[in-house]
Amino acid sequence: MTTTSAAISQPLDTQAGVELMIRLEEVEKVYRTDRIETVALTNVNLAVRTGEFISIMGPSGSGKSTLLNIIGLLDVPSSGKVVINGRTINSYSDRNLSRVRNEEIGFIFQTFHLINDLSVQDNVEIPLLYRRSMTGGERRRLAQEALDRVGLSSRVHHFPSQLSGGQQQRVAIARAIVGKPRVLLADEPTGNLDSQMGDEIMDLLEGLNEQAGTTIIMVTHDPRQAEKTERIHRLFDGRQVN
Amino acid sequence: MLINYLKIAVKVLMRRKFFTFISLFAISFTLVILMIGVSLLDSTFGPGIPETRIDRTLGIFKIEMRCPEEECTWISPGGYKLFNRYFQNLPNIELMSLSTEADLSYSYHQGEKIPSYLKRTDGEFWKIMEFSFVEGGPITTEDERNANFVAVINTATRHKFFGDQQAVGRTIEVDGQRFRVVGVVDNVPYLRQIPFADIWVPISTYKTGLYRDQLMGNFIALIMAPSSADFPAIREEVQARLKQVEFPDPKQWNQISAHAETFFERSSREMTGTPAREASQPLRAMVLIFAAIMLFMLLPTINLININVSRIMERAGEIGVRKSFGASSWTLVGQFVLENVLLTLIGGAIGLILSRFALDAIAKTDFFPYASFQLNYRIFLYGLAMAVFFGLLSGVYPAWRMSRLHPVDALRGAVQGGVR
Ligand SMILES: Nc1ncnc2c1ncn2[C@@H]1O[C@H](COP(=O)(O)OP(=O)(O)OP(=O)(O)O)[C@@H](O)[C@H]1O
Ligand SMILES: [Mg+2]
Repeated sequence: MTTTSAAISQPLDTQAGVELMIRLEEVEKVYRTDRIETVALTNVNLAVRTGEFISIMGPSGSGKSTLLNIIGLLDVPSSGKVVINGRTINSYSDRNLSRVRNEEIGFIFQTFHLINDLSVQDNVEIPLLYRRSMTGGERRRLAQEALDRVGLSSRVHHFPSQLSGGQQQRVAIARAIVGKPRVLLADEPTGNLDSQMGDEIMDLLEGLNEQAGTTIIMVTHDPRQAEKTERIHRLFDGRQVN
Repeated sequence: MLINYLKIAVKVLMRRKFFTFISLFAISFTLVILMIGVSLLDSTFGPGIPETRIDRTLGIFKIEMRCPEEECTWISPGGYKLFNRYFQNLPNIELMSLSTEADLSYSYHQGEKIPSYLKRTDGEFWKIMEFSFVEGGPITTEDERNANFVAVINTATRHKFFGDQQAVGRTIEVDGQRFRVVGVVDNVPYLRQIPFADIWVPISTYKTGLYRDQLMGNFIALIMAPSSADFPAIREEVQARLKQVEFPDPKQWNQISAHAETFFERSSREMTGTPAREASQPLRAMVLIFAAIMLFMLLPTINLININVSRIMERAGEIGVRKSFGASSWTLVGQFVLENVLLTLIGGAIGLILSRFALDAIAKTDFFPYASFQLNYRIFLYGLAMAVFFGLLSGVYPAWRMSRLHPVDALRGAVQGGVR
């Protein structure tokens, strides 16, 4: 879907005429607790083209996860605008938000967030559960396919606690890609893994980006991995530095 | 979708065995308590053989006499003379009957001393009460008039005397008197205090005629009306009749009071300790009963709510994950509703089976002789509905609250809760 002309005329739209998948305008996030006010993000502007693979870097606490959560619609900004695939999300109802999360976005968490009560297969099927009119057989097939892709097809009946960290991360990736989302958000997908495992995961993401045209935003501490992406977006203390 | 939810629900219940066990225990225990309470009430106050017409029957169960100084009172059932002289031909009634309270009596049979409850009745008693006859028939007005030494016995008594063989036509000895058995009825539960006895014989077979001269004694008057709509008129008439009572020695006793009341009002009077001169307060008794049941159910219910809340809180992470991947708040609530309903239904099924066992076990003890407790399915459904309600309230409300959170907050809650 192309952005409307109105959207293109926005000052931020530098890539006018190009399909924009994600656009953030003056996004700000402030955490308020009893006495302390933590500014996690200030005046962040971001435009990501469809099919782009970019990385976000910055020191610990600079707001990388916060930013990714806002893009992934898991959190709301204190102010500013979030546009996904041409649609301004800010005013979306719970139901519509769920739809976008379900159909457009796949999220890979910094800590895997697998459901311990469910088998690998059932964990991977979760996004498909919330698709209307999908049969159990279709779900199983798609989950198998995604697990194949991450090289875990032999572990479908295991439970998360029976897997190594790298395997758990791959289950999390399978879960993020099973619904064939157009956007994949990965919060330090290689952070908990050794460099060889990290490279494998990187290859996987690159493959998805190239073959399926998935737009990927990846948070990383590792300059070596960041180098492999098209663009590096840097954060420092909640601000963009370019 | 539904099948998937069910699968998840079963899995979660299986994996959290301890929670599941405690929840099921709380639900089934609550239901068992409710069912026992209701069954006891039902078999005491509900219509049932032989009290099938209690909805249109009143009784005069207790009389209170007072002396001129009002400082002394005498409370007891009425005497034969009181009813026989002052309560003849009440208007607007179908039947009136006199019977005594059941008294313990003894028989000697083949060298054994057998205790039985003996009740003396007139013929009308058998027309108001609807006994279920196994053999023969009731005591008749004729029997009472002619002082026939006839008896109706229950099947337990028949078993003791005749070993389950036919009893009609044979004789039994009770308290030194010999009666010819004319009928055998099914055992009447002890809880049905008005008709209850082991052996029923005519009033006129009393050893002496002294009872005919007493205002106070051990007689109960039953008054059956065409319908309960006639009750107010009857009650009024009873008060009018009481005013006519002449006292043999007015210096000793000169005031009398009593009420025509329903069987439930009679029990209410006993439960609330209302004196015989005041009207019974069935509402107060009902509140008492209700409060007792509620009190009994309070603990398991609070327990259930607690367990459910922590069960949901523990699953903040799961809620966060599902939300992140596209579950809407309502979908999540649906999942927890289903889980709770499933849990409650399983608990309900267990509760039903346990109730049956518990009631049979109670019936077998000598606590309530001849009791056969019925499971009241309507009340069971109420109980189950209540369990579902509490289950939903305690399980779904926190789930709904949590499902309204932004996914990150739910996920963070999970990390704090110790779930990865
Ligand atoms: N729920 C919260 N309440 C208060 N402050 C928060 C909360 N979440 C994040 N912060 C603060 O916001 C800032 C940014 O946090 P964020 O998790 O985005 O950092 P990060 O760049 O992802 O760090 P890391 O590399 O360690 O993952 C930090 O200062 C953090 O303390
Ligand atoms: Mg982070």
